[in-house]
Amino acid sequence: MSIEPVVLFFVLGLAAGLLRSDLKIPGSIYDALSIYLLLAIGLKGGVKLAEQATPGMLLDGVLIIGAAILIPLVAFPVLRYLGKLKRADAASIAAHYGSVSVVTFSIGVAFLAQAAQEYEGYLIVFLVLLEVPALVIGVMLARYGAGQVRWGRMLHEVFFGKSIFLLLGGMIIGYVAGPQGIAPLDKVFFDLFKGALAIFLLEMGLVAAGRLADLRAYGVFLIGFGIVMPILSASLGTAVGWVLGLSVGGTMLLAALYASASYIAAPAAMRIAVPEANPGLSIGAALGVTFPFNILIGIPLYYWMAQTIHQIGA
Amino acid sequence: MSDQNQRLLTIVCESMLESFLQEELPRLGASGYTITDARGAGRHGRRGGAWAKESNIKVDIVCDAEVAQRVVEHINREYKQHYALVMYSTDVTMHCVSAR
Repeated sequence: MSIEPVVLFFVLGLAAGLLRSDLKIPGSIYDALSIYLLLAIGLKGGVKLAEQATPGMLLDGVLIIGAAILIPLVAFPVLRYLGKLKRADAASIAAHYGSVSVVTFSIGVAFLAQAAQEYEGYLIVFLVLLEVPALVIGVMLARYGAGQVRWGRMLHEVFFGKSIFLLLGGMIIGYVAGPQGIAPLDKVFFDLFKGALAIFLLEMGLVAAGRLADLRAYGVFLIGFGIVMPILSASLGTAVGWVLGLSVGGTMLLAALYASASYIAAPAAMRIAVPEANPGLSIGAALGVTFPFNILIGIPLYYWMAQTIHQIGA
Repeated sequence: MSDQNQRLLTIVCESMLESFLQEELPRLGASGYTITDARGAGRHGRRGGAWAKESNIKVDIVCDAEVAQRVVEHINREYKQHYALVMYSTDVTMHCVSAR
């Protein structure tokens, strides 16, 4: 199968960063692109939800969220006892890995479009729903009953921070408007999506390159964790997707969601609620190791896993 | 209005503290302040400003010595331990304040 071209923009950004090119995406363009991508993904999810919503999805949701909670609960002891990290650092990294990445998901969607594979569009809802539980668990693991937590500020940041707010807002607009109502906006929000994602990935490549330079400081353990953890999480996602009877595309997207680590909502939330955790470790692992791994190797691998489990199941 | 001696307190910190400071500074008696985006390097590494999550802000507050002291104490107590920040102050002369 051919390489998904948007991924090459990430590689280009990565190369620019590593080769010290003077390429820099202005902050306001990065902001504008991220607003656009979040709204577009939200709208797409809302429209699909309006087409596909059934009461049975509620039960699916419980299982999907319930299984996802295992991710930070498994990651924490591994980081704490195997990696010998401080409690706050282990909890913060666990929260990042339990939470999800919108861009990884989007690349999964682009990959499926390239492969002409259908998927359950309502899975986009879980981009929102999977963000929060892991963050709350991360804070509780860090505190373990001791010390005060700025819950109010943290939850405000999570729910009213740009990412969840726009995803959820776009989803509501898409749901209310339905496919016909949204049709006039298709050109802007759906047709241009991949181009915008490409430029955004160029910037992500630059940012990740900055993180790669610090990799030595993280140590071998964290790099290994950043690769093994998403594969384990994706295996869980593949199993859950198969149990729920999702399509191959849907199973792969769920695996990608589980495998992805947040580097936008989680860092902000952890900085507020667990400020003693070193953000360099968690963002470094999530953005410097796991994000590149997921988009370059992970997504094709999760696709293969989804195909395989469906073949065996059949 | 004649010239007036005041303190200029400058705080350079992680941009995520901006919304907190906006809420807290007026409460501490700082009636006005100016916030600008900043980048640079320090003990917490390079803060490139290219990415929202690792950008800095610079907050300038012109106020009397008492308010400046209160702000410094508040920030030391709440944020100094865990956040990247630097504070410094100097005497300044206010030449004009536009009439309301």
